[in-house]
Formats: sequence, structure tokens, C-alpha cells
Amino acid sequence: MDLVVNGAAHVVLVEPRTTLLELLRDSLGLTGAKQGCGHGECGACTVLVDGRPTLSCLRLAVGCEGESVVTVEGLGTAAVPHPVQRAFAEFDALQCGFCTPGQVISAVACISSGEGWSDDSVREWMSGNLCRCAAYPQIVAAVRAAAAGG
Amino acid sequence: MTISRRDFLRVTVITGGGLVLAVSAPGCGPKSGKVSEFDPSIFVRLNPDNTVAITISKSEMGQGVRTSLAMLLAEELDADWNQVKVEQASYHDRYGDMSTGGSGSVRDLNLRLRQSGAALRAMLVGAAAKQWGVDPRECRTENSFVIHATSDRRLHYGALAERAATMPVPADLKLKPKSEWRLLGKDRVGVDVSDIVHGKAIYGLDVKIPGMLYASIERTHVFGGTIKSVDKTAALAIPGVKDVVQIAPVGPDINLHAGVAVVATSTWAAMQGRKALKIEWDLGPRVTESTDSYRAAMMASMERSGSEVVNKIGDPDGVLAKATAVISSTYEVPFLSHATMEPMNCTASVKGAMVEVWSPTQDPRWAAASVAKALAVDIKNVQVHVTLMGGGFGRRLNPDFSVEAAVVSKQVQQPVKVVWTREDDLRHDFYRPCAVHRVDASLGADGMPEAWRHRISTPSIDVWYGDKPKPGWGPNEADGAGNMSYRIKNRSCEYTLLESGVPRGWWRAVSTTHGVFATESTIDELAHVAGKDPVAFRLAMIDRVVVAQPPDFAEFPFDPARLKGVLQTAADKAGWGRALPAGHGMGIACSYDHLGYAAEVFEVSVANNKLRIHRVVCAADSGPIMNPTGAKAQIEGAIVQGLSATLKERITITGGGVTERNLDGYKLLRINEAPLAIEAYFVETDAPPTGLGEPAMPPVAPALANAIFKATGKRLRTLPLEIQIA
Repeated sequence: MDLVVNGAAHVVLVEPRTTLLELLRDSLGLTGAKQGCGHGECGACTVLVDGRPTLSCLRLAVGCEGESVVTVEGLGTAAVPHPVQRAFAEFDALQCGFCTPGQVISAVACISSGEGWSDDSVREWMSGNLCRCAAYPQIVAAVRAAAAGG
Repeated sequence: MTISRRDFLRVTVITGGGLVLAVSAPGCGPKSGKVSEFDPSIFVRLNPDNTVAITISKSEMGQGVRTSLAMLLAEELDADWNQVKVEQASYHDRYGDMSTGGSGSVRDLNLRLRQSGAALRAMLVGAAAKQWGVDPRECRTENSFVIHATSDRRLHYGALAERAATMPVPADLKLKPKSEWRLLGKDRVGVDVSDIVHGKAIYGLDVKIPGMLYASIERTHVFGGTIKSVDKTAALAIPGVKDVVQIAPVGPDINLHAGVAVVATSTWAAMQGRKALKIEWDLGPRVTESTDSYRAAMMASMERSGSEVVNKIGDPDGVLAKATAVISSTYEVPFLSHATMEPMNCTASVKGAMVEVWSPTQDPRWAAASVAKALAVDIKNVQVHVTLMGGGFGRRLNPDFSVEAAVVSKQVQQPVKVVWTREDDLRHDFYRPCAVHRVDASLGADGMPEAWRHRISTPSIDVWYGDKPKPGWGPNEADGAGNMSYRIKNRSCEYTLLESGVPRGWWRAVSTTHGVFATESTIDELAHVAGKDPVAFRLAMIDRVVVAQPPDFAEFPFDPARLKGVLQTAADKAGWGRALPAGHGMGIACSYDHLGYAAEVFEVSVANNKLRIHRVVCAADSGPIMNPTGAKAQIEGAIVQGLSATLKERITITGGGVTERNLDGYKLLRINEAPLAIEAYFVETDAPPTGLGEPAMPPVAPALANAIFKATGKRLRTLPLEIQIA
């Protein structure tokens, strides 16, 4: 099958029941997106598929034929971070960081959907992403700042 | 302070320039008894390019230890923070106690890390002074430079490294006073943050080594169950499945469950193979155990004296028997799971007698020793590399997941990554024990408590790890209760073990998570009955702990003034006693946990069974704060995780196993349910620093329950509180 990941075209052979997350992590070596629950409860596997935030642990890889996938690795670089990545670092919006790739992707989608305008709108939008270390106050602050700056 | 270089540190010049400083940290070293042997546990490498690499022997799980420990050394070294690199130590005997837990990393390593930095700085100053022919006392250091101001000369540390290696260490090494700190006490973003936000950080789950296979393990769902027979035919027929191997149960101190591992070329194939297994289980003797049976047993034990009197002063039973009014309160808490965001996993490669393990472990030494024991190999042949961890909270102290990977790799003779599903993780944890507490108390004529009898029943954590019940084993389970710091003339704490097959372990703050809920809720009830202000009531009674209790760390004695300090600070900052909007209530609680002092005030309202948390104020005292950013994160994290447990979390046991399957059944607090603002204030008493990972956790449940009482008049004594947050 064909798909574009972080701007690069890939032709890959996948088992029909392989999830997008397994394809990204095991075949393409993109381990940013994490498997936290395999059940759509935690949001650690969130990636963008054609711009929409998607739980990659529930999405079959073959269903992404011809689509464009963006993972946390495709947003920015250490030298030139995406505004959301910069804000997460600046506001210390993480502790262990395992949920952060999913949080960052959800935040990007939150802002592009115009939902970064208030604490409550951010809290509602981001409620699919669990953070067990509970960096929640900083996550809200980071998303608000990135939304205001962008 | 006098430090003899011979027994404290050694310096080696490295080829191509630069030096390595190896520092011995007695007290943290392995208890071999061979004190004469130089046994370094801290390493600093100063490179010719001026970078400083600091080896950290503690595990990072989000608490910021790789940052705070490096800051301690870099401060005294006067190093340029931008040129400091942190290297993670793999398991080695020389690092001594590598376990990361008990809020102990800064507490245990503070002094040696700072002495190491100061020693290296002194050698660099000595080297520069010698080169310039000046008195070292005329030199100062800043941002990895030695500077001689009067002659306007400066030299990079990197350029001085080789000469510095030959310099003596002054006998009177002085550590900087707090007023001269440049790095410490200032906000610092974590050293791993950039990697994390770009998806480059490597957790256990991200480890990949050449030739690696993946394994998924079907474990007994009934604790103590064993395997009668396995039909692996269908599993082996799944494309990609390479092998199916059995895991024999291993008892206390390793705690492996009986299981069957399916090893395959991908996680997907391993999971499919696992689903195709046909296993006949012997469910074992624990199959009749349940949350209901435990509750009945614990409730029954509330009606009689405990099997162990943890401590007793005066005659609480006699006073209660004669009291005109006895206030009796019973508290119940469930088993809790750690539910780290990264499920357990481990990668191992066994080649003959050589074992290499990549593990997200909080205790690489315990992992190595357990792997050695399980595989019957010499621990010297076991390498354990420590990865970043997606949360720990005490779960990852246990060696079970590391041993599983090694056992499977040994059987298939290939490198294997064992991946736990969320279901595996929730159902095979080491749970915070369930517990029932009952406090019977009476008030004297002055309205202050005259008698207090506290009964506790809970499955013991120590007993789970193989310790036999013995005199003195109760105080650990009664932490936060038996050793509470209120002066009451007649006072006792009694403990009765609940027999249970459910694995128990250390869950952030451990026993104080329920002991303090019972004591601080009861204190609030007594203040209410006495018609006294809950803050003044507490302040009047906080005193040195007069009952028999386990010995404290000698260097960190309990100081009642510090507990009063955080209580008063939290009350002042929250505006305790001010008029509140209609329907609002304010509650307070305080505790002493892991040598740290914390008090919290919650302001809440409840409407239509929906709780609103308007404000949370915390005051904490763990001595000087090294990294305010990290310290604040620990306070907020402990409070929100504490709220999650108080409001939502519950592991239910049915048929001797865990009922909840995934995070839809074991609910964690979400961002739209969390308080938006948590105010954290630090009372930085001039005392040796202690840790902050745990102390802010215990006051959460009682402070919230006390606030709900003020708002609604309802006392809630069973966790989780089952009140929806909105």
C-alpha cells in the first residue's frame, strides 16, 4: 500500500489487520506515538491522518491507503520546533513524557480547529488524552500559549 | 568540612585530554563491609571540548531526577548548564543502592554530588592558578571558566582538565551558601524535554535490538493459579509465531505469575497466537476471594482488638468505655493500580550464561539479582540498561517484568521484547492494598481529644514480599496513622492482617494514602463536634510523636514546628476563615510523609451531585528547593493523582482476580476533570533537602472530604468518593 508519513512517500506491505500504530512503530521505526491501552481510552497513540486527530491503535493501516499521516516526529525539529512543541517545553507540560507525543498532536489539532481560545475549550478538546503524571494545568497553559502565538 | 582525597575521589586522565572524576559515596554503596575498597558511585567526565558528562544512577520516571541531580553537581562545579550532559548508569554493583523510590534521590545524593562538584572546581582553580602563577584564592569560576580578574585572564574548564587531574583537593571544601546559587533554586526545564516533545526519547517500549522477537504472555487471571495443560497447536499455526513457551510461577521477591508466552516476529502475530492458545488452568486456593469477602473480614476485625498493638499510651480502652460520647468513624479504601501510561515491558537477550536486559526499571539492582536468581547465572554476567520510564509510582521497583523477558529469551535463545497489554498491566499489578480503618475517640471537658483508638485491617505489603508476620511489622502498614503527630493522652493503634492472594506493592506515598485519610478526617470530625476551628484544633495538638514507632532517619528527625509551618502557610494562603460564597466549603488536612511536610486546602461546592473544585492550595516543606519547576510539578502531580484515586480509582476483586480490564473500567482523572489551578507554596526551612515525589499525596483525600463536609454537611468515608467532577 501507499501512504505519506511526515511528508515522505512510503510503499509498504502490511498484514490486513495491522494497525496504523504498529506500522508506524514496528515497520517505519517511528516510536514517537505510543501504545498505552490499545482501546482508544488514553490517546497516547494519537497522530494526524489527513489533518484529523486519529487514534492509530484503533485504525487499520490498510485504511490509510493514499492518506497523509503526521506523527510527532514530523512536526518540527529540536532546532526549529513546532510552536506547540516549543510551548510544551517552555511550560513544562509533561513529566514522564510518555503521553506527550499524543498530547502534542491533539493540541495541534485543537488549535487548527479553532478550539484553543479558552481554558474550557482546551480542556474539552484534550480530554481524550490521559496524563497519569497529571501535568494537566501546564498542558492547558501550553496549548493556550501556542494558540495565542499562532 | 574535611575531605581526604584518598578515600573520597579518584581522578583519571583520559586519552586525548579531559578527565574522569570517580567519587565514592559511602552510605550509598553496596553493603559489602569492605570499607577499605574504593567504591565509586558518582562519575563526572570533563571533556576537552568543555562539555561535562554526569552519570546518574537513579531512574527517570518523570520526577525530574536526571535534571535535579545533575544540577546539584553542576552548581558547585560552576559549570555552564548548556554544556552539561547526563548519562544513565547501567546496573553495576559500584553504584550501590540504585533503587529510585521513597522520595529519596535528592535526600541521599545531595551532599556527595555537591562535594564532587566542589572538589572538581577546586582542582580546576588550582590548575589555572598554577598555570598563571597566581594565588588560587584570587581566582573565581563562572560558566565553566576559571577567571583571574586582576590580570583579566580566563581559561575554559576543558583546557584545564589535564592539569587539573594532578592537582590536590583542598582539605576544607566549602559548599556554596544558598545566596550564591546560580543554578539551584531557579526554574530549569528538564534535560530530556526536547527529546520528549519531538518523539525521540526512548522508553522501554521503544527499545529495538537486532534479531529481536516479540512476546505476549497469557498469565493466570486468578492469583496463585497454575497451568494444568497447554495446547499450542493453533497458536503455532499463526503466521509469524515462532515459539510458545511456559513460564513457571516464582514466589516472593520475584513474583512471576504462571503463564504461557507466545513469541513471534511482530506484536500483532504474538497477540493472535496468544488468542489461539488453549490453556487449562488450576485456579488454586484463592479463587473464592473477592472484594466482598475481604470487606467482611476487615469489618469483622474492627469489632475486636487488633492482632498486633502497634503502639499504645495511657488507657484509651478504659477512657472510651467510660466516655459519655464516643465518636466512631469507619473508613474504607479499595485496591489501587499504578496504571502507568507505559504498560510494563522489557527486552532481554540471553546468550549462554550472559544476559543483557533493557528495562524501564526503578531498581536495576533488584532486576539484575532476580534475573540472576531465576536463570541461575552469576549476577556479574547480568547487564541491566535503564531506559526512560512512562511513569513508575512504585510499580517499576518490582523485578517481575524484567525476569519474564529473560526467562522467555533464555528459552527461545533469541532477543525478546515482552510487551504487556493494558489489560495485562491492570490485572497483574502490585496493588495499593485495600483497607478498613476505624477510629473511636472521645473528647475531654476542654473539647480536646482525650482518647483515640485506631484499628486498621489491610493486607500487608511486607508480608506479600515474603516477610513473616512478626512483632514490629505493623507500623509500616499503619504509617500516617500509628505515628500521627497529635498529642493525645490515651492513644492506641492496632493492626490485623487481612489474608489475601492479591499482590501488594508500593504505590506513591504507600500506607499514608489511607492512614492519613482516616486520621485527618477524624480530626476534622472531632473539631466539628468540639465546635473548634480545624486549623487551631490541629495546631494545639501537633507535637513530637510520643508513641513507639519505627526509627526515623537519624539525620532527618521529625520537627513538629515544620508541620505547623505548612499548616499555617496553607491556611493563610487560602484565606482560611474568610466568608465563602453560598454552597462553598473549605477543608484542610496535613501530613508528614517520606520526611516531607505538606498541608492542603480545598475549596469546593457540590450541586446536583456534581463536585466543583474551585481552588487547591498546598504548602510543602522539604527543605531547600533545587528546581522549582520540577518541585511544583511534583506537588501538582501528587495532588491530581491523589484526586484521581480519591474520586475514581478502584480495583475490584472477583473470583480471586481483577475485574477491571482496561481504562474504561479503571477510570483515571482526565484533563477536563482536573482542577485548573493548583497553588503550591514552599516553606523552605533551612534543613537538609528531602524528596517531594510523595509528601503532597496523603492530604488530598481528607482535605477534599473535609471540604465536601463543609459544603454539604455530608461525611464521606469510603473511597472512591463517587462524586462526579464538573
